Amino acid sequence: MLNSSQILETIEMVEREHLDIRTVTMGISLLSCIRENAQKTAEAVYDRVMKKAEDLVSVTLALSREYGIPIVNKRVSVTPVSLITASFPEESAEVGLALDRAAKELGIDFLGGYSALVHKGTADYEAAFLKTIPAVLAETERICSSVNVGSTRSGINIDAVRMMGELIKETANLTADRGGIGCCKLVVFCNAVEDNPFMAGAFHGVGEADTVINVGVSGPGVVQHALAACPEADLTEAAEVIKRTAFKITRAGQLIAREAALRLGARFGIVDLSLAPTPMRGDSVAHILEELGLSVVGCHGTTAALALLNDAVKKGGVMASSRVGGLSGAFIPVSEDIGMIESAENGQITLEKLEAMTCVCSVGLDMIAIPGDTPAETIAAIIADEAAIGMVNNKTTAVRVIPVPGKGVGEEVRFGGLLGRAPILPVHGGDASKFIGRGGLIPAPIHSFKN
Amino acid sequence: MRAVVTVTGIDRRGVVAAVSSFLAEKRVNIEEITQTILGGRFAMMMVVDTSEIQEEFSLLAVEAAALGDRIEMNIRLQHADIFEAMHTV
Repeated sequence: MLNSSQILETIEMVEREHLDIRTVTMGISLLSCIRENAQKTAEAVYDRVMKKAEDLVSVTLALSREYGIPIVNKRVSVTPVSLITASFPEESAEVGLALDRAAKELGIDFLGGYSALVHKGTADYEAAFLKTIPAVLAETERICSSVNVGSTRSGINIDAVRMMGELIKETANLTADRGGIGCCKLVVFCNAVEDNPFMAGAFHGVGEADTVINVGVSGPGVVQHALAACPEADLTEAAEVIKRTAFKITRAGQLIAREAALRLGARFGIVDLSLAPTPMRGDSVAHILEELGLSVVGCHGTTAALALLNDAVKKGGVMASSRVGGLSGAFIPVSEDIGMIESAENGQITLEKLEAMTCVCSVGLDMIAIPGDTPAETIAAIIADEAAIGMVNNKTTAVRVIPVPGKGVGEEVRFGGLLGRAPILPVHGGDASKFIGRGGLIPAPIHSFKN
Repeated sequence: MRAVVTVTGIDRRGVVAAVSSFLAEKRVNIEEITQTILGGRFAMMMVVDTSEIQEEFSLLAVEAAALGDRIEMNIRLQHADIFEAMHTV
């Protein structure tokens, strides 16, 4: 039986606290599209994506109107393209461009999966594929790329890490006229997940069904508001409040996910119960941490507060959904969170503190602008550190940094929209090029041997 | 199908009449109404049955919002499942 306070609470969450379904992402397998050459494969890929996702935008619009809850992004993720173009890797861009055309015609926001999984070794066709990433990101608008360079089971492929440092620099330089925006669409993972609905890291894993619907919910504002209502609660009680709020948010996501899957003739995949901020005020993960009692995000205590938040979100969400997956937790992208932006502008949060925070949040170093003259080896070393945290702690970690061409510490880059703006954070001036240059594989940790 | 209509805004004459005639015209049956005025703010909630509507529910929701714009109130017509899902285990 519905009661009026519950009805009003839901409406309040949507209208004042920015509750929304952040993304409905359709995962599409492209394995059936492999043909004898790049041109025919690109045609098959285009046709398949157009056919499968034909109704994605109209169905999500109808769902949004019927349930009165905004659905912000409509996206598609596909099988890692490096697997589709293995016979003609140098021509992979042709498939990338076809995917971008499909994304534009479908009216979706982003299409993820211009990806490769090289965590244990880089095959020749994968090395050739990786080299096509910068140009594809520069030439396309909606294609996102991700590369998995490590895992708890296999260790870290430092040769691939070194290469990614170079490719990130190249991507930034090819999009220098737009602040290096290409790097916003490129993420380097350790322990990448196959059912992540969020960009830039979404791809459709080979272990997945043919077509699935994965939904990402959000709502940092709702959590902050719930905490603001109990300023004197101790941390156990605060965790309970977050859990209860996460439960409600996730239930909305579960409902939309099941209904979307049904109407689109796809399988219901997972609900990703992540708190994903936007640059809008009132939609910030940093402000939740401050609501818990920090004067500014980045001060001592931030990591503990984030650990509490991340865990409570997972616990509330798991109970609310029949299938939870993706990244699930709290995201801490710097340029996309007004609280993070302001803290970074005031010099209150550093790259080192952000790295510590990634030990307990759901992903990693995200949307961080660094000086344009940062050497490729230093970027590779940042990736290696982050991958090590993921590998040893059995969690997904990622790096999405933007070496902004021509800019240095004290300056700012603006990407606009959901990508926001970011002050350039300093990186350590020491040199790790010999370490990265050694190459090879960092062996998997002892606790990976579970069989 | 069960749906929920909520109407909020500054209190004025004829709101209940406008909303209920719209619903009647669209073959929506009102099953439950609560309405209060709190500090000059009008708030009405209705649980309705939409099984006999002649158009798509999503379009009806858009028309309800448009009626709200005309009478300077905030009107939302939403599938009841969203509230059930969020507030019941």
